[in-house]
Order: sequence, then structure tokens, then C-alpha cells
Amino acid sequence: MRTVRDSGPVPGRRVLKLGPLAWTFRPRIVLVPVVGAVLLVLVAAVNIGKGSSHIEVLDVLRTLFGGGDRRENGIIFDLRLPRTLAGVLVGAAFGLAGAIFQTVTRNPLASPDILGITWGAGVGAVALIVLGGTRGQVSGVVAELGVPLAALAGGIVAGLLLYALSWRRGIDGYRLVLVGIGLSAVSYNVVYWLLTVGDVDDATRATTWLVGNLNGVGWESIGPVALALALLVPATLMCAHTMGGLQFGDDTARGLGIRVDAARATLLLLAAALVAVATAAAGPITFVALATPQIALRLARTPQPPLAGSMVLGALLVVGADLAVRTFAPNLPVGVLTSVLGAPYLIYLFVRSRKGVRA
Amino acid sequence: MNNVRLQADGVRLGYGDRVVVDDLDLDVVDGSVTVIIGPNGCGKSTLLRALGRLLNPRSGAVLLDGKRIDKVATKEVAKVVGLLPQTPSAPEGLTVADLVSRGRQPHQHWYRQWSAGDEDAVTRALELTGMDAHAERVVDELSGGQRQRAWISMTLAQDTSLLLLDEPITYLDLAHQVDVLDLVHRLHTERGTTVVMVLHDLNLAARYADTLVAMRDGRIVAQGPPPEVLTEQLLSDVFELDAKVLPDPVAGTPLVVPVSAHLRPER
Repeated sequence: MRTVRDSGPVPGRRVLKLGPLAWTFRPRIVLVPVVGAVLLVLVAAVNIGKGSSHIEVLDVLRTLFGGGDRRENGIIFDLRLPRTLAGVLVGAAFGLAGAIFQTVTRNPLASPDILGITWGAGVGAVALIVLGGTRGQVSGVVAELGVPLAALAGGIVAGLLLYALSWRRGIDGYRLVLVGIGLSAVSYNVVYWLLTVGDVDDATRATTWLVGNLNGVGWESIGPVALALALLVPATLMCAHTMGGLQFGDDTARGLGIRVDAARATLLLLAAALVAVATAAAGPITFVALATPQIALRLARTPQPPLAGSMVLGALLVVGADLAVRTFAPNLPVGVLTSVLGAPYLIYLFVRSRKGVRA
Repeated sequence: MNNVRLQADGVRLGYGDRVVVDDLDLDVVDGSVTVIIGPNGCGKSTLLRALGRLLNPRSGAVLLDGKRIDKVATKEVAKVVGLLPQTPSAPEGLTVADLVSRGRQPHQHWYRQWSAGDEDAVTRALELTGMDAHAERVVDELSGGQRQRAWISMTLAQDTSLLLLDEPITYLDLAHQVDVLDLVHRLHTERGTTVVMVLHDLNLAARYADTLVAMRDGRIVAQGPPPEVLTEQLLSDVFELDAKVLPDPVAGTPLVVPVSAHLRPER
């Protein structure tokens, strides 16, 4: 038997030390969000510069960092920034929520699109648009402000239903996915039923919302999303330290002192709230929550989706898709393109890595 | 009077409608190695899960250092009791170093997720099992013996004074079985770790146990030092096994030699 040293670094890992604190340093975990953030700033700048009066990328960046003239400030801050900022916030929320769902359920298919959270938000929004529109139960400003709130309520109700229906002396990831698929199908059909019974104009409005859209997002819709995310993201990151243990079986996780049911419920509800808030702001932009955690995981080479990387890549995917749509197909909603952009890349990663899907 | 660390007090255990263990008492003494033996389905793993607060008793209680284990915060329990389930599963792509690091979970907080103390504990745990040479390898690419040592390292990184191991040597070849049990013995002698484990191999159980607990049908049939427990009569009663018990030529502990039907002398 060998002699045992008193201490020392874990072999094969680099450690960053600061006084009594230390972090394991994995270059890729840092590199993915950093490179992603740089790309995000560039893509966002291009997206902001685009419009009826074109502004060069460098001028956009200069203006964003406080050096713009009056005209540039007016165009960028008053008119164009909200749209791109909404894309960033919503994309980051979807990315983070997807990473949590996939880790906690130990299932890479467990994205809010598939689990019915997104469609639950859809039921809320469409119900308000259709029942509250031309038929006049709710009207004017109230109806406009009401759509995000209705989507939020729908998403959170769906999240609670999902948890309650999956509960059988604990939560099993596989059962959660099956219940979620059922819940998703029901919500989906309720949405289509609402569209058929509704007035044609309302149905058109609802459909536009349903495919996910950043058109016409102004500062007034940014405020609530930003506030909600400012509360939810730190809360989620504070709870996230249990996620490594939750990836093991329940017995192992309990052995490590994790209150498995409480930790899982908290994380799932926080993730559902993130999705509901994001969906309320920009409609159900699908595929971001499914694809970006898996993309981030493969780029960072981690055993579970990295949270920061998933957030940055989610934002990048949404803003990139928005830019692509505005450039090549102005009438296409951004939600269509996130799938078109994300799917081939995800498939490419699956094929290239020759490894199974994991979460 | 020996100090009792872990105690089952009249516990009734079961799953769903099925009661597996009924009205069972067990004392685990500080610094001892207790090995639970018994035929398949006798409730030994169920008992171990209850001792590790993975299963709540229907009635009765499990006491850890005199306090009801279900009344102590699970994180505090995890600083005292480390446990290794029968077939733990790791997420794909996890390295040995990462797996072992997760054993530090009970010592971490959301605001301090990795400290120098964590680093030392993980390094020591890897060295104790000789897994430091494989720290960068991915768990699902290891051999069975290495994987088991990696999991034991994770439990060791938890730095607990009590270890509960559920069949830690199943699926290992004999050399690796002895390796793992030697490691357990070292922990016990060098660190004073109290160990409770479930084993199927009676000869190894007799060699490494201070106290043998023989179970059948959810009850304890006999407990005590191996020479007192592992008798021909007990093997017949508990396992329905016709066997001779001889002194182990290496350790002097009881050695079970089964009498197979075709070798039984005609009467």
C-alpha cells in the first residue's frame, strides 16, 4: 500500500486559489461562455445596426458603451435595443431552464417544449387573446398587458400540474417526461381548439404570438422580464449546487445529504418559472431550451449541461436567429428559425461525438 | 460499556404493502466492523438502507449517536454517515476526479462550493484507493474493480466516521474483493471508521468482521464474533446449507466448506 500525503491538488486538475477559497479550473467551462459572450455582443451589435437607417457595427458598439451622438442614441436606445435585449434575456432564460430540466430529470429530452410548460403558457396567452379579444371580455391596454401575465400564469400552472401528476412517493425523471408529453399534447389541443372557436382576427394574432416573435417588443415589455430574471436567475444559481448530486441515483444523492425531493421540486419550479417568464415576453420560441444545453455540454466537455454556457448560447441562438430572419426572410417569425438553426447543429454534434445522449 | 453509534430500535421496514423487516433491534458499536449476512431477500439491504436513512421505518426508530436520524438534518447526517448503494450509477462522461469531488457535497454551501479542505479530502480519498492514477479517466470506461474503488473513494471523500456499504465486492474478482476489504480494514484500523456492510461471501465476512449479524426472514437469528455465529447449525438454520466449518488456515476465522449433494456420504 502507498503512503498517503497530507494534502495536495487533485491529480489531473488545475486549481485557482484565493486565500482559503479554491475553485477547480476547467478552461473549457470558462472558455465556452466567454467566447459565446463575445460572439453574442457582435451579433447583437449587427442586429441593432440593422434597420431602415443602417448603423455600422463599430458605431453601434461605441454608442452602446456611451459614446453615441444624439441621433445614434435615439435610434439605438429608444427604438432598436429592446428587441435585441429581449432576445438576449429570453434566450438566456430558455438556455438555463433547459439545462436545469435536463440535469434534474437526467433526461436530455426533458425540455420545457416537450414537458408542456411552453404549451401551458401558450394556453394562457391564447385563451386571453381569443376569449378576451373581439368578444370583448377584456379589451384595449388591459388585454395587451394581460397576454404576458396570462402566459406566465399558464406556464406556472403547467409546471405545478406536471409536478403533481408525476409525483408518486417521489419524482422519477422518466415518469416526468411521459407525463409532460401527455400534458403537452393536451395543452396543444386546447390551443388549437381555442384558435378554431375564436374570431379570425384574434386567431391570427394568437398564431403570430404562438410561433415566437420579437417584433414590436419595446421597453415596456423588457421591464417585467428583466425584473423576473433578475430574481429567478440568482435564485436558480443558488440552488444549482445540488445538481451534481441529483445526477446520481436518488439513494446516492440522499447519502450525500441532499434533500432530493425538495431540491428537485425547487429547481423544476424555478426552471418552469423562467420558461413562463420568457414565453410571456416573446412567445414560445421553441428548441432553444432543448438544444443549447446539449450544445454547451459538448463544447465544454462536461458531464452535465454547464449553466453559464447554456445561458450564453441560448441568448446567442435567439439573437442570431432573429438577425438571420430579419436578413433573409423578414416575414418569418424567429421561433421557426431557432429550430432551423439549432437542429442541424445538434444533429452534427450527436454524429460527431459518437456518444449517447446525456444530461 | 461500549459506545453505540448507530442503533435500530424495534424497526419495522417495508415497501408498499410488504413488510420486510419487523421489530428488529441492532446496535452498531463505535469503531467496529459489522457485517450483515443472510440469504437473498432476508432484508439485509433493507436494514442497511434504513440505517442510512434512505428508508423510513414504519414503526420504531433508527438512532444516530442517540438522536433519531430522521430528526437530524440530512446534510448533518451526511457529514457523519457515508453510504454506498448496491449499484450506484454515474452520469456518462464523468471523470473519476469529478465523481470523488461530489463526495464533498455535504461540506459545501451555495456560497462556498470548493475549499482547500475539499481539495485535500479528495486527494486523500483518491490515494487511499489507489485511484489517483486514474483521476482523469471517465468512470464508464473503467473496469469493474476500478469503478468500485472510484465509488468507494467518493464515499471516503465525504470524510465520515461511519460507512455503510451495500455489497461492496459483488461483481469483483477475488483479488479485487480482497483489495476492497483490505482497504475497509485499513480505514477501520487507521482512522477508527465504524463500518456496517452487507456481504455474500461468508468466508470473507468472517475474516473481516468484528461482529457478524445473521438474518433470516427479516429477523436477526444470531449476532456476535464470527466464531460464535458462523456454526454448522446456523448455516443449516439460516441458509439451509449443509456445510462444514473449519478454522481458516490463514486467518484462523471460521471457514465454510459446503457439502454438495453428490459428495454427501451415504448413511
